[in-house]
Amino acid sequence: MTAETQNTPILILGVGMTPVGEHWDRSLRELALEAITQARREAGGLKPDVLYVANMLSPTLSRQIHLGTLLADFAGLRGIEAATVEAAGASGGLALRQAYLALLSGEAKLALVVGVEKVSEGLSAEVESALTTATDADYESVHGITETALAAMLMRRYLHEFEAPADALAGFPITAHANAVANPHAMFRRAITRETYQKAPLLSAPLNMFDAAPLADGAAALLLARADALPGSPPEPAVQVSGSGTSVSALALHDRPDPLAFQAAAEAISRALKAAGLKPEAIDLFELHDRFSIYAALALEAAGFAPRGQGWRMAQDGAISLQGKLPVCTMGGSKARGDTGGATGVYQAVEAVLQLRGLAGESQIPNARHALIQCLGGSGATAAAHVLSRFEAK
Amino acid sequence: MTEKDPILRASRQVGFIGYGAYVPRYRLPASEVARIWKGGAGGSPIKEKAVAGLDEDVITMSIEAARNALSRAAIDPTGIRAVWVGSESHPYAVKPTSTVVAEAIGATPHTLAADWEFACKAGTEALQAAIGFVGSGMANYALAIGMDTAQGRPGDALEYTAAAGGAAYILGPAEEALAVIEGSYSFATDTPDFWRRADEKYPEHGERFTGEPAYFHHILQAGKTLMENLGRRPEDFRFAVFHQPNTKFPQRVAKMLGFSPEQIEAGLLAPRIGNVYAGSALLGLTAILDVAEPGDRILLVSYGSGAGSDAVSLQATHHLPERQKLAPSTEDYIARRIEIDYATYARFRGKLVM
Repeated sequence: MTAETQNTPILILGVGMTPVGEHWDRSLRELALEAITQARREAGGLKPDVLYVANMLSPTLSRQIHLGTLLADFAGLRGIEAATVEAAGASGGLALRQAYLALLSGEAKLALVVGVEKVSEGLSAEVESALTTATDADYESVHGITETALAAMLMRRYLHEFEAPADALAGFPITAHANAVANPHAMFRRAITRETYQKAPLLSAPLNMFDAAPLADGAAALLLARADALPGSPPEPAVQVSGSGTSVSALALHDRPDPLAFQAAAEAISRALKAAGLKPEAIDLFELHDRFSIYAALALEAAGFAPRGQGWRMAQDGAISLQGKLPVCTMGGSKARGDTGGATGVYQAVEAVLQLRGLAGESQIPNARHALIQCLGGSGATAAAHVLSRFEAK
Repeated sequence: MTEKDPILRASRQVGFIGYGAYVPRYRLPASEVARIWKGGAGGSPIKEKAVAGLDEDVITMSIEAARNALSRAAIDPTGIRAVWVGSESHPYAVKPTSTVVAEAIGATPHTLAADWEFACKAGTEALQAAIGFVGSGMANYALAIGMDTAQGRPGDALEYTAAAGGAAYILGPAEEALAVIEGSYSFATDTPDFWRRADEKYPEHGERFTGEPAYFHHILQAGKTLMENLGRRPEDFRFAVFHQPNTKFPQRVAKMLGFSPEQIEAGLLAPRIGNVYAGSALLGLTAILDVAEPGDRILLVSYGSGAGSDAVSLQATHHLPERQKLAPSTEDYIARRIEIDYATYARFRGKLVM
């Protein structure tokens, strides 16, 4: 979908999110309802025509499918259209994409997106096993490989191929943790040092504990609308979805001709930027999906912000810090805010909206106009990218 | 008891007239568990744990602790009208531990023998009941024991700490007591953090869920409620002892409740003997009683998974010093140490199934 065919701007009128963490005392539906309620309240209580739920682990960990109906019902929205969108860790971005398309088509005037993940009820072995269902069951997980081990293989290849030092990726978790300190919704609000990173225990060599984001519970929601469906002008400052793009590559890592090129990520961002009519230089902040620190480096390279093999350097020289030329993970990213699986893309959108409204507190990027967000499914096999921009009525 | 005053008060004042510890002599260093299961890497929650020998179980260990308690109480054992043993390692699924213990110490036959079960607070549960039994006047003396030879699945995080040991207490009228019970309180919820199903050899647990919503929540609620309703503050106590599944948890919960490291030092045994489950807080208390002086106040808060906490406030009397030396001290048992390796541990604890 290109900018020219957009007959009306698609606006984000309301956002909501729960803190990310181990919500022992709250169920999946309660978490989702809190985020939905906040988003709808911000949007003046408007009732959506359609609900898209982003989730990846409920079928395995909660033995619950049919989340569209469950959550529409629980939120008092019987009678609307509702369904789940699943694309592993990219579910949130794909759900936002579906809402965007439904609004662009004119079939819906108001759309609700909620990303929700509830993982703390499962023991770690169950959760690890559930996560492997995002890989190729017949050719990857059947051999016992986990998502962490896949990321570790990519990391080892990266460090070897580009002759990067052992702690080359330390800058990503250091930046994420520093940015989360001011975020009241973040799971880990404590800065870490390079020494902390260097001393961290290995999860799957050479990947250590700080190279991996913690998976946790949380829900985030967006209420979107066609600008022409609103009775008056939208409340200021409004945010619009100015570009959307997604792509997939081979599911299995070993089926990709060049595993160190996140092809799907590159295509998704290129499509989103094209739809927004923007060049990469126009982007003020990039909420990338740092499920693993190696994915952050590869995402920067795929987006064209760094040459191949050089993404890690952006985390070394401050380029991705809040004061840098391309701030990433401005509110902690998956590493420090916490990774909420299929809800990640919706958290990224909520955080980008806060930045574009100038409400990001100490994490605020001054005068942010265009935010790029991207979430990844599996080992970069699916990517969903969006450009969110401050809406300026013409 | 009302909601306004939820603490438990007996009709007549009750206290400990005797106490006794028991810790088996074998020690398995945590580094041995790490050597076998982690290639020697990683931290460990304690230094070493106490392991029961081939000829020991909760019955034999309870008998020794009970005999120590009797030595300090210096009463005729036939006057003990209840023998209650709390454990999660009763040797039999059906057949009481307590009847064997009662027979061995000479408390039979005019006695109410029973086994208690509530994960790591089974011992303090027996203690609460004994306070009521004596406090109501139904009996003059009752024996409450918390003792375990805890199970940890080989390779599980719990294998570092699951240890053996415990303590016995004889409850009686306050006038005869070496420490008087000021008041007690019990707090329970349905919180499934740790469990062992029938016929299973090893327990399972909910990982980090065993912390915040389980251990910390219950101990804090029980401890705060008891102190508030007795009008006591942390500084009123010279000593405090909490259930100690590892070294850090009791240190952290003490801090959260407002106790200093000095107040818990005497009763913090987990680093040197591990988590003795139903005996954990009660054994910490024997170590405190070994060194306490008349007038000292002591707060005890246990924790049992499933979940609940019992909180008890005590004050040592002038009878304590004369009875401290009448039986081996807790430190005597801890000092009696033979280090074993993982292979010996595996043999002693029946880990090899052929």
